[in-house]
Amino acid sequence: MTERHVHSLLCLKTFALGVGRGETVLARDIALSVPAGSGLMLRGPNGAGKSTLLLTLAGLLDPLEGSVVIEGYDEDFGPAFHHCGHRNAIRPRLTAIETLEFWCGINGNAALPVAEALDRVGLSRQAKLDAAYLSAGQQRRLALARLLVSARPVWLLDEPTSALDTEGQRLLAGLIDDHLAAGGIVVIASHDDIAVDGLAVLTLESGA
Amino acid sequence: MSGFLSVLSREIRLSLRGGGEILTLVLFFVIVGAVVPFAVGPDKALLARIAPGIVWIAAFLAMLLGLEKLFGPDRADGTLALYRLADIPLSAVVAAKVIAHWLTAALPLILASPALALLLAMDGETFGRTVLSLLLGTPALAGFGAIGAAVTVATRRGGLLAPILIAPLSVPVLIFGVGAISASGGPDQAQAAALLLAALSLMVLVLSPFAAALAIDWGED
Repeated sequence: MTERHVHSLLCLKTFALGVGRGETVLARDIALSVPAGSGLMLRGPNGAGKSTLLLTLAGLLDPLEGSVVIEGYDEDFGPAFHHCGHRNAIRPRLTAIETLEFWCGINGNAALPVAEALDRVGLSRQAKLDAAYLSAGQQRRLALARLLVSARPVWLLDEPTSALDTEGQRLLAGLIDDHLAAGGIVVIASHDDIAVDGLAVLTLESGA
Repeated sequence: MSGFLSVLSREIRLSLRGGGEILTLVLFFVIVGAVVPFAVGPDKALLARIAPGIVWIAAFLAMLLGLEKLFGPDRADGTLALYRLADIPLSAVVAAKVIAHWLTAALPLILASPALALLLAMDGETFGRTVLSLLLGTPALAGFGAIGAAVTVATRRGGLLAPILIAPLSVPVLIFGVGAISASGGPDQAQAAALLLAALSLMVLVLSPFAAALAIDWGED
């Protein structure tokens, strides 16, 4: 992987960010500052706006107020965010390896070769299998492999541990550790504990 | 460019492995044409006269059938949201999808049109013009279809709404499509209709990816 990003100067910041769906404000006055190499854990009850915040950070939802910026990122390198949501974006009738090749093709910035990414998430034996035949946990692993094939500095993970077994959760923690060590940024919304050191915690109150 | 080809090859793979999706469209196309002689009676001269219109109606309806799978499944499994985070613009993704839609929903119909020509007692010359007019006109239908599917992708029952939305837009395609086949107005008119049809297709192909991408961007929330 070429060191094309100047990771050390990177910082994900939000200014007086208000997020919500339509007219409903879920959380406001969010001032984040997540520097390169560090992660943030979003906590809060169901419906507190964790997923909405992640979608807003990714730019998939417009902020109701305030703004999101990534300091020190050159837009020429393409989009800065990987978003891994509830839905795995996996389609039946495509094999695991075809699914990854597809994401590598449209996301660009090829990092880990597809076969190695599959190996990393423990799916090398299922590479030629129709993705619909993978179990829920395996599909989640395939979705995580998508983050590995294209290099992007900021990972936004929404309930990444869902359907993962304990070994899979260790794998996830390892992936996040590696990404942080390479100077990336991770924002996670989860109810589970993820064994990664030095995650800052932001708790969203419901009905804020 | 590699992203564009990735989308194209994914769409084509999904269609080919779709368990008879293409075959269903082709059968629908042939059956629509095949029931007409039963409805209007076995008058060969009449059939031959209205055959161009029947072929176009059958192609139009069959292409509507494939619309729902254009963006619907991608939205359901979260792929559509990720397209908006991709390194290639959403309009390029849509353009690839329009081309794939034409290759998997229009080209098979054109290949199956000899069957319809036989059923409708077309002569060889008319059949040649029919194939030409389908080749020129179906890209416009694919483009309009993409716009309709994109506008309705976020709505429930969008699969039913899209055909209603794009039917009025498709009227000129049908008019010039049939005009390019029938020689009743003299050969010059047929040629003019064919040229207009080609112009319409080119215009729609260029504009529809941007219009559809805009509709998806606004519709997603």
